[in-house]
Amino acid sequence: MSTPLPDLGVEILVSALILIGALFSFLGSLGLIRLRDFYSRLHSPTKATTLGVGSLLVASAVFFSWHGPGPSLHEVLVALFLFITAPVGAHLMAKAALHLRTRGQSELPSEELLEGKKVTGADLDRDSGR
Amino acid sequence: MSDLPNSGIILNGALAIAFVLVGAALLMSLWRLVVGPDQPDRILALDTLYVNTVALLVLLGVQLASNLYFEAALLIALIGFVGTAALAKYLTRGDIIE
Repeated sequence: MSTPLPDLGVEILVSALILIGALFSFLGSLGLIRLRDFYSRLHSPTKATTLGVGSLLVASAVFFSWHGPGPSLHEVLVALFLFITAPVGAHLMAKAALHLRTRGQSELPSEELLEGKKVTGADLDRDSGR
Repeated sequence: MSDLPNSGIILNGALAIAFVLVGAALLMSLWRLVVGPDQPDRILALDTLYVNTVALLVLLGVQLASNLYFEAALLIALIGFVGTAALAKYLTRGDIIE
């Protein structure tokens, strides 16, 4: 049984959080199609979209805490999981792209760095000097 | 059985706009999934598709004022991460379970 919203403040807060969250996840996916190379494209979905979903989950937590019998904690579980796994997934994808030598706008690191061989300070200096 | 949609006008308007935005986000990541020039691009698009689906499910839960959708959202987030990790590992190592 749903009740009409008697509290305008909560409604405005939830609406604002929902709009912010949807805008961020939209912008994250827009970056996915607009940015130029894979290493740039890696940023927008893994950061902006995750932040947007986090905002949506906060909105949902406020809504259900206010709407339901008590504080609602399901959202925290989802948000925690997403915020932990998003950087891990981005790291794995970046490693896969480097392994496949996916071309970006700037030059790839040297083969020694890509192969994970022992790298000395002189190699790093030469690498950054290019 | 889910509850009736709540009657707040502001919230319903915000939800309608948010559904459109998240739907557009889903379409854009689908476009990258189909077009994406490299294999890592497709993995990234699939990951974004999963995250956007979680967003859509959360919105649906608020729209219908139902608690049922959090378990589905959590499961989709879980499957999305496992799929991303498995695909990235497949591209990196050539095998998933060594």
